[in-house]
Amino acid sequence: MDIVDQSIHELHQTLKSREVSSVEATKALLARIENLEPQIGSFITVTPEQALADAAAADKRIAAGQMDLLTGIPVALKDIFLTEGIRTTCGSRILSNFVPPYSATAWDKLKERGMVLLGKLNQDEFAMGSSNESSAFGMARNPWDTSCIPGGSSGGSATAIAARQATVTLGTDTGGSIRQPASHCGCVGLKPTYGRVSRYGVIAYASSLDQVGPLTRDVTDSAIMLGALAGHDPKDSTSVNIPVPDYTAALTGNIAGLRIGLPKEYFIAGLDPDVQHSMDAAIATLRGLGAEFVDISLPNTDYAVATYYLIATAEASSNLARYDGVRFGHRAEASEGLLEMYTKSRSQGFGAEVKRRIMLGTYALSSGYYDAYYVKAQKVRTLIMQDFIRAFEGVDVILTPVAPTPAFKIGEKVADPLQMYLSDIFTIPVNLAGTCALSVPAGFSASGLPIGLQLIGKPFGEETILRAAHAFEQATEWHTRKAVI
Amino acid sequence: MRYQPVIGLEVHVQLKTDSKIFCGCSTAFGSEPNSQTCPVCLGLPGALPVLNKKVVDFAIKAGLSTNCSITPRSIFARKNYFYPDLPKGYQISQFEDPICQHGWLDIQVEGQEVKRIGITRIHMEEDAGKLVHGDVSGLEEGSGVDLNRACTPLLEVVSEPDLRSSDEAVAYLKQLHQIVTWLGICDGNMEEGSFRCDANVSVMPLGSDTLGTRAEIKNVNSFRFVKQAIEYEIQRQIELIEDGGRVVQETRLFDPNSGKTRSMRGKEEAHDYRYFPDPDLVPLVIDQAWIERTRGELPELPEQRRQRFMNDFALPAYDAEVLTASRGLADYFESCVALHANAKAISNWLMGEITRALNDNSLSIEACPLVPSRLVDLIKLIEGGTISGKIAKTVFDEMWRSGKEPAVIVQEQGLLQVSDTGAIEAIIDEILTREAGQVAEYRSGKDKLFGFFVGQVMKASKGKANPGVVNELLLSKLKG
Repeated sequence: MDIVDQSIHELHQTLKSREVSSVEATKALLARIENLEPQIGSFITVTPEQALADAAAADKRIAAGQMDLLTGIPVALKDIFLTEGIRTTCGSRILSNFVPPYSATAWDKLKERGMVLLGKLNQDEFAMGSSNESSAFGMARNPWDTSCIPGGSSGGSATAIAARQATVTLGTDTGGSIRQPASHCGCVGLKPTYGRVSRYGVIAYASSLDQVGPLTRDVTDSAIMLGALAGHDPKDSTSVNIPVPDYTAALTGNIAGLRIGLPKEYFIAGLDPDVQHSMDAAIATLRGLGAEFVDISLPNTDYAVATYYLIATAEASSNLARYDGVRFGHRAEASEGLLEMYTKSRSQGFGAEVKRRIMLGTYALSSGYYDAYYVKAQKVRTLIMQDFIRAFEGVDVILTPVAPTPAFKIGEKVADPLQMYLSDIFTIPVNLAGTCALSVPAGFSASGLPIGLQLIGKPFGEETILRAAHAFEQATEWHTRKAVI
Repeated sequence: MRYQPVIGLEVHVQLKTDSKIFCGCSTAFGSEPNSQTCPVCLGLPGALPVLNKKVVDFAIKAGLSTNCSITPRSIFARKNYFYPDLPKGYQISQFEDPICQHGWLDIQVEGQEVKRIGITRIHMEEDAGKLVHGDVSGLEEGSGVDLNRACTPLLEVVSEPDLRSSDEAVAYLKQLHQIVTWLGICDGNMEEGSFRCDANVSVMPLGSDTLGTRAEIKNVNSFRFVKQAIEYEIQRQIELIEDGGRVVQETRLFDPNSGKTRSMRGKEEAHDYRYFPDPDLVPLVIDQAWIERTRGELPELPEQRRQRFMNDFALPAYDAEVLTASRGLADYFESCVALHANAKAISNWLMGEITRALNDNSLSIEACPLVPSRLVDLIKLIEGGTISGKIAKTVFDEMWRSGKEPAVIVQEQGLLQVSDTGAIEAIIDEILTREAGQVAEYRSGKDKLFGFFVGQVMKASKGKANPGVVNELLLSKLKG
């Protein structure tokens, strides 16, 4: 098996047997990056020197017998993770010159384990988008069909896996930003429960919704990565202090008697027939594995997108106030006075989608509108959470499509933000409820585009959805297919 | 027409914690600009706030000492506005559900009844940094931003509009100042801005119960300026109304140089702060155990101590008031009383010589060079007749200067009081002979001259003669 195709656990065995070194594996992936970047555009910044130095250091650790599962494994990070000394743009012009003086806790933890940093991945600007088209650095393209979007906002994180440019990547998920691109690019994407992974050093889009997670070749890798990332961080007050289980131990392959809920609100008329077909086939497979299916209802699903676009934009309007040109980032030249410096720097630095969301959020928080929009949205959010709590009284896992359609064509929805927003209709409720979910490959469309299956778990129920996804993966071959580029 | 002023105060109390409210940076004043900063207080992307528990302890102390109820679940909110000294583009503060609510303080203006002033709320928040204009090293032109102060913990104490005069406002402010310094949660330094005040002032026709439109006066950073600013503002509003004008809701700035207030921004320019709960901080849950633990750490408060001084030491109300003006002074007094029971004498020395000497040297009582035992030794020398009260002042000055024991000073400088009637008689005789004319006048009924003779005798004895003996002998000799 080609080294660039290997998963974390496979490459770990290869490294352990000394068949290849971390430096060799890293070089193979860097070569792949160099060859494919003009077509795919997964990266905003590639860090070959850093990667080779990290790999050489890892090889020393391996030689010294101080190897763990992640030592020497090449990883790439969405450009939303702060990396000390390495430019971090968040896909925005306003941070095009920003070199952070500290690193995100998530990256610190992986670095500590001896992982190798290949570079920083493309994304929608400030994680605002579902197609990668809002990146200020040119979008990433879907390796299965480069005329299609890869999904967003963690588009580069998904394309780098699909195009075999990294062994594993990290993304963030605010309304589906890990799961939707994972679904569109045929990889496994996990959004952990809110509070499971530290947000410290991750550039905030919507603080009450953002969560860090891995994009991987298979479910085992996802379990390995969650184990590495999860845990309380004293620097993030919203990270929860509960024990981190061994997620790989949960991958028993046995899901007999698992109760899986099918919410009627997610299987709607108008669902893409290929998606519907993949879901039906997946349900049959899981039933064959001993799972029991229960029809359930999540009655407030209809309000999720509207709720999300009030809460997320409100938080974003405040989170993005710090990009003012005063201390870091882009500052407009030749401004007359403070107000002009602010307005010019921000007008030049932010793209259209970011501006749209800042305006929406500012409006929602404004005096006189606050109760009608922000407060009401918070109330609906509570109702949506209660939908899930009630549903989980009767089932262990909820199964839905990740997205209503496979990847759409580049440019198709740019002119219609509302259509774009609706592509996250099945992923957004999970963020509002604060619980966990993953996307696992479950089929292909007639035109050969990947289709993902979403498994939603109870809060901190990652073990159960990983177990179910793993069993499904064992029974199918969707995850083994490769994009031909 | 006569008018009733209505005043409410918003006081910012800078808390004396070692580290900032949401990060571990030092709060020390006066360091190199931006040397006490980190990703959190610089507002760098990705940085998150973590609440300093000490700030909560301090806020609870302030709340308990001002009769507030402590909110069991309080939340932090973001106050959004743009300014270069505000790194995140929002200030983390509290809006709905502040930590302390519904308190009060009893105040008294001299010659008036005790009056209860409501405290609406006390909330925690972070301070902003500051702008440095002109003469910034490394900067050819423009202004610099110093973020050392950013994220320093503050309490904002908001009173009800219960104050009716500038004197009441000052009395309230002084009492609050005394409490926070007494608790040790604020250094009380008004010049450095550790205790600063905004005043909301309005006037209404006397007897009306409809409040007038208020103006908010910013930047009043001394008790004197508060009085001045409020009085000016009351007068300005009354004149405006008398002239047929209308008070507009606005923010005004007090100018200490002119003693006037001037408009800073009107209602139309008022910020819409777009407050909303900060999603980076979880709600602050304070259980009864936390409150009781903090209550247990509270020192005896000034009011309680004042009462105790009057009851236990039989001090006059005035003395008790003065001695409890600061916790340090009260502690000093108690240290002295523990060594020697003459509380009134100790009180007199503390209110007199010690206070004068501290003021002359710009020292606080905590920095007093005289330890309590020295003062007590001095008082004992007077009571034992070793030195006179007058000589004691000389000894005090020397003690202050050199730190020597009073008995040693008396010895070295030969200041022992002379009570030997023979020696004193000799001096008296000499003076009465020399001042024969005055003696005659005295004897013809000019009693006032008695003081003159005492003075002459004390002068001739270099102050060492026992004044009691001098009086006695002089009286008998002058009778003739």
